Amino acid sequence: MTEKIILIGYGGQGMMLLGRLMARATMLDGKQVTFFPSYGTEVRGGAACYHLIVSTEEIYSPVVEEADTIIAMNQPSYLKLKNYLKPSSLLFLNSSLVKEAESLREITTYRIPATEMANKLGNVVASNMVMMGAYNTIKNLVPLPLFLECLQSSLRGRKAPLLEVNTLALLQGEEYVKKTYLKGERILKTSAV
Amino acid sequence: MKSSNNKKHLLTGNEAAAEAAILAGCRHYYGYPITPQNELINHMAIRMPQVGGTFLQAESEIAAIYMAYGGAAAGARVMTSSSGPGISLMQEGISYLAGSELPCVIVNVQRGGPGLGDISPSQADYFQAVKGGGHGDYHNIVLAPASAQEIADLVYDAFDLADRYRNPVMLLGDAQLGQMMEPVEFRKTPRTHQTVKRWALTGAEGRARNIVKSFYPVKGELETFNIRLQRKYRAIEHEEVRYEEVNTQGAEIILVAYGTCARICKEAIRRASGTGLQIGLLRPITLWPFPKEPLRRLAKKARAFCVVEMSAGQMVEDVRLAVLDRCPVHFYGRMGGGVPSSREVLKKVLNILAPEGTLELEIPEIPTELGKGLYFSTIP
Repeated sequence: MTEKIILIGYGGQGMMLLGRLMARATMLDGKQVTFFPSYGTEVRGGAACYHLIVSTEEIYSPVVEEADTIIAMNQPSYLKLKNYLKPSSLLFLNSSLVKEAESLREITTYRIPATEMANKLGNVVASNMVMMGAYNTIKNLVPLPLFLECLQSSLRGRKAPLLEVNTLALLQGEEYVKKTYLKGERILKTSAV
Repeated sequence: MKSSNNKKHLLTGNEAAAEAAILAGCRHYYGYPITPQNELINHMAIRMPQVGGTFLQAESEIAAIYMAYGGAAAGARVMTSSSGPGISLMQEGISYLAGSELPCVIVNVQRGGPGLGDISPSQADYFQAVKGGGHGDYHNIVLAPASAQEIADLVYDAFDLADRYRNPVMLLGDAQLGQMMEPVEFRKTPRTHQTVKRWALTGAEGRARNIVKSFYPVKGELETFNIRLQRKYRAIEHEEVRYEEVNTQGAEIILVAYGTCARICKEAIRRASGTGLQIGLLRPITLWPFPKEPLRRLAKKARAFCVVEMSAGQMVEDVRLAVLDRCPVHFYGRMGGGVPSSREVLKKVLNILAPEGTLELEIPEIPTELGKGLYFSTIP
């Protein structure tokens, strides 16, 4: 099993944190993992891109050439990511900020209004967790208890009060994708919460 | 299984290098910030005070390398690190370290050059690292890790090699290896042994004084010293060559690559499995001493070599010197921050095997359980 993911968004939309949490949680689950951030010269308001590979085998190149999954948080990201698509790719779009996305043939696209949903929960920065909830409901890559454990250990001290909104956002992302795309198909257990 | 994974840390290559150095007994780090190795210096700044060591941000890379020289002369395990432009500034000091036979570990997280270049991955400092870089007839021992785990492992070895041969050891990484996060497990009991340094400047009370120098003004002395130095280098060449071979048995074409490029070549080999293409890889782990003998051996059977580097072609010269005219040596490289893809490498391989495009092969995508099945595409 190998899952190659590209996480892409504005600096500040939490793609770095989300990628690190997914990497750490899958590592603790006994998987091989590489997490390669773009760094340094990204401009404010541009697209910051992160390559995450999770596998049961040794990972050679940490660079994703063709993604199994792309999680895109804004319009410039969406425009930038097209090079990485292959026919079986899954595309998770933050539809609050990606307005102009044509339907791509053979690409399964999930549109999740993550920014609006996080705003309603009272904290826009949790939009990354909405996307995570949606993604993991479809792909079931990360064991949720491990993910929550990693989330909790990254939100310590001053940041501890943010745990609740992040967890809620995760659940809402899951609910949204079930309601909109799975329509009563298999319901994944989230009893850990 | 899960319990055994608790020892794993998710670290950047830079952090792995810093933590491994501390575990190997390094208590003196001097450096000056430069991207893409700042996680190393940052980690040292946090950790050195915790372990009672010295972290010092020097006023320049030139100062940093001479602080390392001072620490090494006093017998301490010392480390410095930088990238491209900073390593260039250190070259005089590295020549002095080699000339004074001082052990020191230097990490170069290569970035694009020449000049200020950019901060993306590169392997264009190869010549500088393995051919000297500074003045005089000297060699660094050059280690080329290909993962965060191997960075950690080789840092222990770098300190041992530096002490054993009283020679600077350079760990040659690149921006991708430095920035990428991977699981790292540190050796519980580092295979690391600090030798007694009788030559070190520790205060001469009760013994004859030691002198650490690289200056031999009396006629003939310097040549004698150089002869001894070269003997040491021959011994290193004899004892310390390291490399990894992948799939070389029966391979038609042998890729030669180190560090990041070696991983990309492995990916290319994996993608080509099932196509009938017989591709092997020789990955030098020591760039100096260079694995000449294994290449010579492989040259007897392979149809061709192809060297893959993030440079205009530097290591390719050493491969050609190793195999001489026994076998054609091709080259594929990207420069200035360009990182080759496994697809590009395979395209080059097909080109070498069938120059006129007579061979048409479909390269399958790696199958995944999570994806929707196999994806086939022809190389453009």
